[in-house]
Amino acid sequence: MSNRLINWFKFASPQSFYPLAGRMIPWFWALTAVFGAIGLWISFFVAPTDAVQGEGYRIIFIHVPASWMSMFIYLVMAAWAGLGLALNTRLSGMMAQALAPTGALMAFISLWTGAFWGKPMWGTWWVWDARLTSELILFFLYIGFIALQAAIDDPRRADKAGAVMALVGVVNVPIIYFSVKWWNTLHQGASVSMTKSPSMAQTMLWGMLVMALCFWMYSIAVALMRVRAIILERETHTEWVRELPEVKE
Amino acid sequence: MSAFLAIVRRDLLLAMRRKSEVLTALFFFIIVVSLFPLGIGPEPALLKKIAPGILWVAALLSTMLSLNRLFATDHADGTLEQLVLSPTPLGLLVAGKIGAHWLTSGLPLVLLAPVLGLQFDLDTSALGILVVALLLGTPLLSLIGAIGAALTLGVRGGGVLLSLLVLPLYIPALIFGAGAVEAHISGLGATGHLSLLAALLALAAFFAPWATTAALRIALE
Amino acid sequence: MHSATLSVSGLSCIRGERRLFSAVGFDLAPGEWLHVQGENGSGKTTLLRALVGLSPPAEGDIRWGGEPIRRLGEDYRREMLYLGHHGAVKEELTPLENLKLAAALDGRHLDERESLAALHRFGLKGREELPVRFLSAGQKRRVLLARLVTRNARLWVLDEPFTALDVKAVDMLSALIAEHLQNGGLAILTSHQAMPMPSGKAIKL
Repeated sequence: MSNRLINWFKFASPQSFYPLAGRMIPWFWALTAVFGAIGLWISFFVAPTDAVQGEGYRIIFIHVPASWMSMFIYLVMAAWAGLGLALNTRLSGMMAQALAPTGALMAFISLWTGAFWGKPMWGTWWVWDARLTSELILFFLYIGFIALQAAIDDPRRADKAGAVMALVGVVNVPIIYFSVKWWNTLHQGASVSMTKSPSMAQTMLWGMLVMALCFWMYSIAVALMRVRAIILERETHTEWVRELPEVKE
Repeated sequence: MSAFLAIVRRDLLLAMRRKSEVLTALFFFIIVVSLFPLGIGPEPALLKKIAPGILWVAALLSTMLSLNRLFATDHADGTLEQLVLSPTPLGLLVAGKIGAHWLTSGLPLVLLAPVLGLQFDLDTSALGILVVALLLGTPLLSLIGAIGAALTLGVRGGGVLLSLLVLPLYIPALIFGAGAVEAHISGLGATGHLSLLAALLALAAFFAPWATTAALRIALE
Repeated sequence: MHSATLSVSGLSCIRGERRLFSAVGFDLAPGEWLHVQGENGSGKTTLLRALVGLSPPAEGDIRWGGEPIRRLGEDYRREMLYLGHHGAVKEELTPLENLKLAAALDGRHLDERESLAALHRFGLKGREELPVRFLSAGQKRRVLLARLVTRNARLWVLDEPFTALDVKAVDMLSALIAEHLQNGGLAILTSHQAMPMPSGKAIKL
């Protein structure tokens, strides 16, 4: 019954990861709250009103961190997926599966706040800006990954197929970004950039960084909760799950 | 190498015996392209401007139609298992199947496109660029699509899922392919676009059979 | 040339999250055959698919001539033939084309005379040029039997080979397997029916 790989990576086994994740989750939620409070305080009260854009610009404190997270989560997801394919650890696939909805949510928030920002700035909800378009395609990639995993019944096959998809996606993301940028410059001349504000105040940058930390902590907390749910779902037949106090009740 | 040629020959022979499937995708291409002027209006200047984009989007969609069958029929009758268990490396057989798919679904599009381009008032040199761009781009569609076809093999709602997975990956091909013709028409020259398309093709030719092979093994486990 | 022995030890397979069987082991030497028995859903097909290398087992070791089949790869696949539930014949192609193309995909050349002889042996004379979709289920299985003869594999792994065969074809197949064993071949098969075969090894899942 002993699987040597699982012994090497002790916490790569769902059984030992489950309680560990359970202990970590409250800490990450607490950090989310702390960073969120500081970040929002900086972004609403400390950061100065922008000379050109007025108060409306403050949405970038949500928009930019969400965009960062949406890209970063895809990388992390692909890394887990690659690890799962290479080492055949079951937890890796579960992590990738748990991260995908959060990544999709981040991409969605980024698009939505982008539209909210665009309306007062450019007078339209949507412009085919290179960044926005890439973000939209990234959102499609997330949806594809989630749909593929949902459509396959056997969880092991779902993990592996999802992993191949995530790796193919991660190779393509830079190509897509580059091609969209190329397309954008060809059709619109200089693109209307969202973040390239020449005089970004120091406090604005700090606000974004703290908010990004808040999003990080949130993503980790939610991914851990989701991974715990996935572990329970997949391991219902095992002895250790039946012995859990929360299952026994 | 003989095994590679054998699988190309087999798939071409099968396509010959099932002509209707190949022809359906072709007529789909023709119909989709012809619908646009009806929806937009017959103004030549506008049609000429959007022609490259329409032809390329229609090519993407009609490729999607034929991708479903790339591995599905072999999967259904058990021959895919035999391919995996053959002493010939699976990557070689997969490359052969992708090649045959291009010959039956990509190449006909390349040949038809200039005729349809005439409907949109494209001149001869623009048509030439269109053919070159499609010649470089359609193999790319077959290569990337094969990964999606292998991943969705035997999966619930496979056809729709396949488009969801593959169409976003087709965007660079669409941008450079349609862009080449547009750049030529606007006098910028298409060389840049075409060489990028060729670079993508080289990259995909290297990686896609490998990823498809991995996906097929996963699907058959 | 290594000895053609298949040795399996400590094999266990998991389907979904369910453990189908564990600690399956056996040795099969040239001239021996193994009957895999078990009820529906006991994992017979899964075992065969693990043995041919289609789905890697959760645990355990499969060796051919002392070498793990994972490492042998193509060398193992060249000496092994698997026939699954599906016919693995192309409906649009004729029996003759099916045989020749299957051989070509394995990188071998099969000449016309040899393939015709194999088809005639299984009573498909006069149907060589007819697309397989016009043949009956039993005749389709016979095309597969012809493939058994033309492939020259040492290890045959056959999943339910006797289904859809009439009495005459069952006799033909068992004679074929007996001949294969006599020539130093190995065979592993699953079957619900009692088989008219010389006694072999058996495992029950």
